[in-house]
Amino acid sequence: MKSVLGDRRAIAILLGPALAVYTLVMVVPVFWSFGYTFVKGNPLEGFRFAGIDNFVRLFSDPDIGAALGFTIKYALIMTIGQVAVGYALSLFYIFVLRRFTSALIRTLVFFPVVVPTVAIALLYQKIFQSAPRDGIVNELLVNVGLGSVDWLGQSDTAFIVIIIMDLWRSVGFYAVLLFAGLLDIPDDIIESARIDGARHWSLFRHIILPLSLPILLAATIFSINGTIKVFDSVLALTGGGPGNSTTPLTMYMWRTAFAFSDYGYGSTIALLLTIMCFLVTLFIFRSARRDNTV
Amino acid sequence: MTTARQRRLGRRSLALAATATSALLLAACAAGPTEPPAEGTDPEKLEYLVNVENGNIPPVLEDMSTGVCSAENEDLPLEINSIPQADLDGQIQLLVGQDALPAMFAAGGTPAEGAKLWNAGKLVDFDEALDELGVLDQIEPAAISTIKQLYGGAFSFLPFQYNIEGIFYNKALFAEYGIEEPQTWDELLAASATFKENGIIPLTASGEQGWPITRLLSGYIFRSLGPDALQKVADGEAKLTDEGYVEAAQAIADLGASGYLNDNIASLDYDGAQNEFLNGNAAMFYMGTWALTAVNNPEANKIGVENVGFMPFPGVEGGAGDISQYPSNVGLPSTFGSATFGPKVQAWTKCITENFGEMSLVDQNTISGFKVSDEVWAEQPQLTQDVHERIASSTQSVLWFEALFNAKAGQDSSKNVPLLVTGQMSPEEFMQLLQTDLDAG
Repeated sequence: MKSVLGDRRAIAILLGPALAVYTLVMVVPVFWSFGYTFVKGNPLEGFRFAGIDNFVRLFSDPDIGAALGFTIKYALIMTIGQVAVGYALSLFYIFVLRRFTSALIRTLVFFPVVVPTVAIALLYQKIFQSAPRDGIVNELLVNVGLGSVDWLGQSDTAFIVIIIMDLWRSVGFYAVLLFAGLLDIPDDIIESARIDGARHWSLFRHIILPLSLPILLAATIFSINGTIKVFDSVLALTGGGPGNSTTPLTMYMWRTAFAFSDYGYGSTIALLLTIMCFLVTLFIFRSARRDNTV
Repeated sequence: MTTARQRRLGRRSLALAATATSALLLAACAAGPTEPPAEGTDPEKLEYLVNVENGNIPPVLEDMSTGVCSAENEDLPLEINSIPQADLDGQIQLLVGQDALPAMFAAGGTPAEGAKLWNAGKLVDFDEALDELGVLDQIEPAAISTIKQLYGGAFSFLPFQYNIEGIFYNKALFAEYGIEEPQTWDELLAASATFKENGIIPLTASGEQGWPITRLLSGYIFRSLGPDALQKVADGEAKLTDEGYVEAAQAIADLGASGYLNDNIASLDYDGAQNEFLNGNAAMFYMGTWALTAVNNPEANKIGVENVGFMPFPGVEGGAGDISQYPSNVGLPSTFGSATFGPKVQAWTKCITENFGEMSLVDQNTISGFKVSDEVWAEQPQLTQDVHERIASSTQSVLWFEALFNAKAGQDSSKNVPLLVTGQMSPEEFMQLLQTDLDAG
């Protein structure tokens, strides 16, 4: 193995194809897109040099602040929600449910993960419908004497519906991920803790939680990675509305480039997203390094 | 196996999967579209890309392909593809970038985008093309004039629809409560108050679409500030944040605040809003005359076509506009790409121009900008004839709120107006948002 990896040609042959593909599909488009940040226009009208106008606009555009705020708020709440609810479910699978029931519930909770996002969004649109007829949630509210709420027509309630929907459709994955991590905890450690007198809360606090920290960290990284790029579920459920109140940066970038025909400014927003993803990646690398030493 | 090793292996598998996916993507890209056809050469089929919401044009074209234009269809088969209207501009942009525009397509709702296609030489000059085909006289001059006004001075789109806009109202409800057709905004508000007191929705509109509400805003602006009020904004002579414009936004916001619009309006879609009127739950419905398709359909219209009246947007007392100035448009227009305008496509164009007007009117109850004989008009429902007379006698038309906006202002307008009428955004904020979009160019 050492002689193979010592041979430069072997290294080139092994690395070359992957590097070429990576360069073509990642590096070249990134630099290409970076080039667009200095122009204004689109393929139809042609491009003209705009200097740093797009960057100046980035700092004065109120929509950027709103989209960035939504993206961060969504990513934070969803990450906390996915990991916390996922962890609670995984503990439930192991410590509360019996083997057969656990498998059944795990399957049921995991099911939304494999359902297409658009189908789930349509389902939730109907559940939270308020016009022309009330959906099931409003029916319940009206029946208990409360008024009907325009869930998707108000910024704050639309955000709540997005969070509920996305948690419902993704939490099964995190529950299974954390369940697998909990299975890694040796039974003899739990057994000996029990013999030493550890009961529900103390067993969780002093044994289960510390031993599941690595998998919790991995789940958090997975979650941040996914939620910071949110696009499809919001597009399908609210289309970014009402107004622009649930528009994440990804959607604003896509609209700017392709609906508003401004490739230059769209690429500048993409650059901002790239920087955000780069910062998250840095965080991931640092966490992963610390994780390996555990 | 330790967790760390498992994780490393997992990472490797992920990398492998990513590489494989990338390779597949590259392979797919390599087998991408072939070279576009040369200037004016026929494609293999007449592909028509249209917005999925359009229920008027595709059925007529399909009927034509098996009827009056079957010979043309044999030479060049018609294929209709549809995508949501909101994605149409983006799709056209992408297709232009790939030089792969279909032979026939609808262009986005923002006329400025249509004008860009013309300026880039991607569209057929119908002044010239229809003249050569000998069918230029089959188009209503008023429709040509509207198209030129909207799309950068060129006759670059065909008037598959030709609409005016106004308020459809329920005559039976008006009679029941002794209300006359409102001539002024104040009379409209008084009528609305009566309907609301009696549990009837005064005015139904779709907030999910947004534009049916901004039409009320432009209606008020044209009546209060005059027919050139939005042209002045486009020319930079006035700003939407000026007093008169904000006052108009306030008037529309007040409609919502007074409860004269539907409950939960922000979530109400187009069909839902229309059905509220056609089922008799709402007294008034502002819409373009394309709604005649539904109004004249007894299955959809439960209140009866004889109970539906059509009136212009009312005047604003002391305003510079006039009640006779109807907003007019050609719907979401369709056109032909210049690169694929070969002999077979031209034959289709000629057949469409000669037959579309009558077939659209008779089969779909939709008024188009293609000429229709007087005998056919005489056989139409009374309301359709009434609208036709209004179109014929109109001497000055106006546009609509977003007509001269750029794409971003247009989208922000229709997406944010539900917030205006539900009190989530003030009139000043709404107009400032749009003016910022306009200033950004």
